[in-house]
Amino acid sequence: MRKSVLLAGLVAGFSTFAFNAAQAVEIEYWQYVFETRVKAMDQLIADFQTKNPDITVKQVTFPYADYQTRVIAANMASNGPDVMQLFYGWLDKFVAGGILQPLPADTFPHDKIEKDFFPIVSAMKRDDNYYGLPTAVRSLAVFYNKKLFTEAGLDPNKPPQTLDEFVAAAEKIAKHDATGNVTVAGSTLDMTGQDHQWWREVLVRQFGGEPYTDNDTKVAYNSDAGVQALKFYTSLQTEKKIGAAGFMDEGQAAFRAGKAGMTIDGTFRLGAFSTIKDFEWGVTELPANKDGLRSNYASYFANGIGAKTSGEELEASKKFLTYLTSPEAMAIWLKVVGELPALRSAALTDANLKDPIYGPFLKGLDYAHTTMFKDELGQRQNAIDMVNRVLLEGQSPEDSLKQAAEAEQEMIDAAMP
Amino acid sequence: MDTDNLQGAASGRPGGTAAAMPADPLSMRTKRLLWVWGFLAIPVLFYAVIRFYPTFQAFYLSMTNWDLVRPAKFVGFANYVKLFKDPQFWKVFRNTFTYLIIGTPLSLLIAFTVAFFLDRVRFMHNFIRALYFLPYLTTAAAMAWVWRWFYQPPPIGVINDLLALIGIPQQPFIRSTDQALFSIMVTAIWAGLGFQVIIFMAGLRAIPTTFYEAARIDGLGEWAILRKITLPLLKPTTVFLVVFSSIAFLRIFDQVYNMTTNDPGGPLGSTKPLVLMIYQTAFGSYAMGYAAAQTVVLFTILLIVSLLQLWILREKK
Repeated sequence: MRKSVLLAGLVAGFSTFAFNAAQAVEIEYWQYVFETRVKAMDQLIADFQTKNPDITVKQVTFPYADYQTRVIAANMASNGPDVMQLFYGWLDKFVAGGILQPLPADTFPHDKIEKDFFPIVSAMKRDDNYYGLPTAVRSLAVFYNKKLFTEAGLDPNKPPQTLDEFVAAAEKIAKHDATGNVTVAGSTLDMTGQDHQWWREVLVRQFGGEPYTDNDTKVAYNSDAGVQALKFYTSLQTEKKIGAAGFMDEGQAAFRAGKAGMTIDGTFRLGAFSTIKDFEWGVTELPANKDGLRSNYASYFANGIGAKTSGEELEASKKFLTYLTSPEAMAIWLKVVGELPALRSAALTDANLKDPIYGPFLKGLDYAHTTMFKDELGQRQNAIDMVNRVLLEGQSPEDSLKQAAEAEQEMIDAAMP
Repeated sequence: MDTDNLQGAASGRPGGTAAAMPADPLSMRTKRLLWVWGFLAIPVLFYAVIRFYPTFQAFYLSMTNWDLVRPAKFVGFANYVKLFKDPQFWKVFRNTFTYLIIGTPLSLLIAFTVAFFLDRVRFMHNFIRALYFLPYLTTAAAMAWVWRWFYQPPPIGVINDLLALIGIPQQPFIRSTDQALFSIMVTAIWAGLGFQVIIFMAGLRAIPTTFYEAARIDGLGEWAILRKITLPLLKPTTVFLVVFSSIAFLRIFDQVYNMTTNDPGGPLGSTKPLVLMIYQTAFGSYAMGYAAAQTVVLFTILLIVSLLQLWILREKK
């Protein structure tokens, strides 16, 4: 008798245990370590869990340098994340490696994605499948130092809007010592920062060319427009002397220290610049060319679902990803990380567009391009070297551009499957 | 049944003793050897799994096109052909040997000079020696960043400020394709100096003073003493340091990587050593097969250089 009661108790215990297990699904979310991103994700997870009490999300983070290797290794061991963050430029590799599964079209219909998100999400599409969606996106703009503008006799409320105005303003701000060294830069010239993106996706187009064709697999900047764009960029240092590569080590350091009138940088710099105390700064769109053509470079980290996630984990992951791409998640992300919402409706609100800081970045998103890098580091290095050959070795822009185009084509071909 | 049992017991007993007896033929010596090898097997096994297996694996990898995600495909010597055709590789190769061929003798010469004179200094000897040794204890990355700021162009670079004070034109240092490599080499030499000085001084102290006394009585000058006694007797120390510092220069990475993080390997790759190229190929471009081929080349160079130096040492003995 006593035995049977015990047995009944045990059975009951087991069944409630099993019941609980069926109720609570745990999924893993992976991203790299960056303080504000981790904090924002903690908030998002807490909010998501209160709305979905049957799902727990575990956040796992790794240092940026290890992140890709970790994801790939975990995938091999069938131990990967259910939902993961990835840079749009890694998509080819992650798809080829069977790390991601296509987003289920029932939860994420294509026409809705294409209507609601900024056009740059197309970078997450391969063979008619979307493999991820961003919470937030980043674009470039000109940060300018209002104090230096005033000192140079410029109106701090009228930042330059065209390339000519940009050069003219920079020339007025730049100061040199007796031997010609830059002591205050009109604008920072730092290919190792964001200038290589500015050159590739903005200047080349503004001089009438195109950086790449065929889904960014054929280098196309080896044209007259490319030469003009490179000449324009290098002449900023060699002729107009508005700045110097390597001035104050890094462009952003020079701007922070109040030694540069302008710098081209991304939304991700807002956090670092927000602590500047010595001067007021403003943000304006990247300058247009003579015909009013503007362009921008946008990039983002997207969230995708692991290839091996299935069953109730997959259902939970779909719910979580839906939440991550909702306007309320984007609002939290904007507040904590400072990155722009990826949904048009969430981004292009009156309040955001009128915001003196977010406004220019948001306007840039509408006409932004996203380079589909095949070897991000290699292609970046190639652009840096192209400018250095002109600045340091006196190679003609024509030759340097030709050499860069050939080297980059080789790099792209080598990285293609 | 019974007999069987009896027989079994009877045969079992002597058998038992017989089994115990031949066990003893394992002499104390053999037993001890077994023990020793039993313990040694653990680190040997560990070493084989952690060191040798990956090393051999690297040889195999260098013959594949593995990119971390797609399954590796055997491509024969294609990676090596690509490597030897790559102008970037030859630049890096030249850089690596510049670090080695200029860096090693220069650092040894400076270290010996410092050790030779420091050996005679009595005033604050320990303090000065500690000063020389301090950089060796400091993290390479931290040092590299300090030097990176020293080398900046005006208005923030300390070295350029000093140059301006005495009327020497500004130098681009790590922003120049000609000066960058030497700018970094100087910091590497400075960082390793303390260790070399200590080893040289230990070597100097090990030379019996009677030799010097005899030489002085015979009327030999300082220069002759240095050439005939000090340097020859210091040879084992010197060879050790040559091998040690050669390997360090062939494997230079921290200084280069940290002093030029934005444009890793300096402007136009002017400071890039082989190790940095391997790092970028493997963990930037994820071309693991190609990176393994570069590793094999580095391994071969290290092996040749070390064997060559050991052979030179044996020759002189």
